Amino acid sequence: MSSEWPLWEVFIRGQHGLNHRHVGSLHAPDAEMAVNNARDVYTRRNEGVSIWVVKSSDITASAPSEKGPLFDPSNSKVYRHPTFFDIPDEVGHM
Amino acid sequence: MAGAALLEFLLRIGDNTLILGHRVSEWCGHSPALEEDIALANTALDLIGQTQLWLGLAGEVEGKGRSADDLAYLRDGYEFRNILLVERPNGDFGKTLMRQFLFDAWHYLLLKALKGSSDTRIAEIAEKAFKEVSYHLDRSRDLVIRLGDGTAESHRRMQEALDELWPFTGEMFMSDALDAELVGEGIIPAPESLKAGWDEIVAEALTEGTLKKPADGYMHKGGRRGVHTEHLGFILTEMQFLQRAYPGATW
Repeated sequence: MSSEWPLWEVFIRGQHGLNHRHVGSLHAPDAEMAVNNARDVYTRRNEGVSIWVVKSSDITASAPSEKGPLFDPSNSKVYRHPTFFDIPDEVGHM
Repeated sequence: MAGAALLEFLLRIGDNTLILGHRVSEWCGHSPALEEDIALANTALDLIGQTQLWLGLAGEVEGKGRSADDLAYLRDGYEFRNILLVERPNGDFGKTLMRQFLFDAWHYLLLKALKGSSDTRIAEIAEKAFKEVSYHLDRSRDLVIRLGDGTAESHRRMQEALDELWPFTGEMFMSDALDAELVGEGIIPAPESLKAGWDEIVAEALTEGTLKKPADGYMHKGGRRGVHTEHLGFILTEMQFLQRAYPGATW
């Protein structure tokens, strides 16, 4: 039966978390049941206060084969990190 | 005497959740999909958790030092007070869900009323259980509608389940002198007072699920006073095996 149901990605916002985080995936015939199933599968131990589900097929992903061109160039751009400012002592820890 | 009536009520509600919880737990590892398997196991665990509270309080009210475990594992069939509906065999997945829905709708209304019980211990347990059971009802109602209004095969199975289980629903609304005593003290709602609300919840779901509500004919009864079908014995044989074979065993 599961093989006939689409796959859904599940995002849960935890008790103290600000963002929904990806926690896993599951099968369900539609969005409403995906939320119910997510509640039963991923929040059994009091993990969440909010659930998002999205069809896995609706996610567009970057291609692993393009990892080099996509991400390597930012390796050598240290000036993009805000580490070159002199912070006055009065400001304290940032 | 109020103590006897109260004890009887607590056994009735605690045995309902215990036996249904056990029945539902029989699906663990056998459900048609992983997601349903976990959802049913959650429901079973909710019911067993509620059993601990109800039978725990029953032991307290009885005052003979029996714990919830003693009551669950060391009583014989004729001492159980659950309605016959909850000991019905699981059948196929559709029948299990139909039984769950018919029970949940009633359980939901009962707990809702018990939240206002004049006995605060009962009101507190009802408060906690009500949240769990609200979800049970949402889920079983949703699935009954989906499967009723699903394929020709799922519709046929759901209608068959409904027709078979319907004669076991009347017992939920029956009452006796013990009920009347507790109703008089504001501890429980009159069983028959839950019927109208139940009819409404059930009729709405059945209509949406394109299922035909059976006529109210003969209704089976007996569980509430300890007269059970042959199925309870088999349930207890499995459920109580460990404590019977190895008395006092713990882990």
